[in-house]
Amino acid sequence: MRAKFIEALTYLASSNKDIVLVTGDLGFGSFEQFEKKFPGQYFNAGIAEQSMIGIASGLAKAGKIVFVYSIGNFVTMRCLEQIRNDACYHDLNVNLVSQGGGFTYGALGMSHHATEDIAIMRALPNMTICAPSCSKDTYDAVLQLIDIKGPSYLRLEKANTNEHSDNSLSYEIGIPKMLKEGKDILLIATGGVVNEVLDAAVTVGDELNVSVFDFHTIKPINHHIILQEIKKYKYVVSIEEHQVNGGLGSLIAEIIAENNVDVFFKRLGINDELITLVGDQAYLRDNIGIDKNSIVSFLRNIKL
Amino acid sequence: MNSTELAYRVRKHALVMVNKGKSSHIGSALSMVDILAVLYNDFLNISPLNIASDDRDYFILSKGHGGASLYATLAVKGFFPVHELDKHYQNGTPFSGHVSHKGIPGVEFSTGSLGHGLPVATGLALASKIDNRNSRACVIVGDGEMMEGSNWEALMFAAHHKLDNLTVIIDRNRLQSFTDTENTVALEPLDSKLNAFGCYCLEVDGHDHVEILKALNNKDNDGRVKVIIANTIKGKGVSYMENKVVWHYKFPDDEQLRAALNEIDGDFYAS
Repeated sequence: MRAKFIEALTYLASSNKDIVLVTGDLGFGSFEQFEKKFPGQYFNAGIAEQSMIGIASGLAKAGKIVFVYSIGNFVTMRCLEQIRNDACYHDLNVNLVSQGGGFTYGALGMSHHATEDIAIMRALPNMTICAPSCSKDTYDAVLQLIDIKGPSYLRLEKANTNEHSDNSLSYEIGIPKMLKEGKDILLIATGGVVNEVLDAAVTVGDELNVSVFDFHTIKPINHHIILQEIKKYKYVVSIEEHQVNGGLGSLIAEIIAENNVDVFFKRLGINDELITLVGDQAYLRDNIGIDKNSIVSFLRNIKL
Repeated sequence: MNSTELAYRVRKHALVMVNKGKSSHIGSALSMVDILAVLYNDFLNISPLNIASDDRDYFILSKGHGGASLYATLAVKGFFPVHELDKHYQNGTPFSGHVSHKGIPGVEFSTGSLGHGLPVATGLALASKIDNRNSRACVIVGDGEMMEGSNWEALMFAAHHKLDNLTVIIDRNRLQSFTDTENTVALEPLDSKLNAFGCYCLEVDGHDHVEILKALNNKDNDGRVKVIIANTIKGKGVSYMENKVVWHYKFPDDEQLRAALNEIDGDFYAS
């Protein structure tokens, strides 16, 4: 996904000199061409996330469209107050881009698991949050983000071999995509784990009639669209590579609760713990029950 | 109006504002009045007529708790009517105790949490360099605020990128929340630390308008960030407030306000 991000940014920067990429000393092997092509539009802030967001906010205050890149937790948590006070309160065009959503950096350990980032960013007013599920959508998200006033958070993961790329559905920030239309069960997922969910839905295709909703925008969302969709089903499940508290699951629960929807609802994700177990992304997804096989078993156990 | 008259009027407004609002931080507001007066009267290219222009200078008050003095300076300089200052700290108004830009003409950036203004000013200075504009970025930080790591992060970055259009003024009133900075977490030797970070460091009497302006106009920084350590007195101008940490918190009651205003009038008319 990072390759698509920089491809999109390169495309934009070639016709817009106000686009600036600021990195927190990450992106080795990915940003060198951009730096070479646009020397006045690329800055390495060093290993200093707080000042990086402050500097990005100053650049945006002076009219720049800034993309700030780092690893998930570093670009969201280490500098949270700068994001809130400097970027959000002033509604500046500071676009945070993280590599490493969820367990992307699996075996590197707990410090590199971005598993609360969506919840924290979702609490911030003025923030747009995108977690695309495939490389193609990442490209489109970047193209659209520059036209959205105010700060944003683009959560990236590494591209997966099973990544879907549904060209028949265009990507539009704020409008979730129905990747598979079913009848009885609605699976709502965000980020790369959407691909596991889609594979699971296809696997149980003959036994169960399952829909898959790619919830690529966490904020802002159109409550009406989601509510209309949720009301069609008996059973709704949210799946996220993130804590179940505060992120996608909480968001769907809020909509269901506030609208008195009569539906059975279950959240799948990390259940309020920091993961100690060492393993790659696939292993950790399996461990918390959000990989394809776990989802298939979960679906087969649902009693409609 | 010269900077001395501006400072005189700002001090009086700030005292009246905190008395009416029963708000804190008057000591911090008074210590930097002379710096603000020189900046807005004689140095910054910022006026009510050019606040949206690309060539204006940028000013950020990073020690946002001293907001009363900035609001008063902007009002006296005509960015908004002086009577608006009556709204300071009042329910339902834009005038929060810590500086806010929302609904207040002339405020470039909202602050209040320390260690934010200098990185943002660094970004503004960088943008000005990228676009070959003449805009300079100035920021006032508190001395205690220099304990925030984000400031040193920004100074490293600004030095690396040779942002000589960035001026940092440290309001060195020596007092922070409990006591002297040197008895809290010592800052000294502050000038050699700043020089070691690649800055061009000057030290002035932060109440001497001639010295302040001379330092601001100094062009010897030669590719370096200019840092002016302005030695000040917390609560400057009101003898019973001077160098007393309690005036970081207290507001003058009506009787104390009268005494303070009398003293400021006396000093101004004697000068």
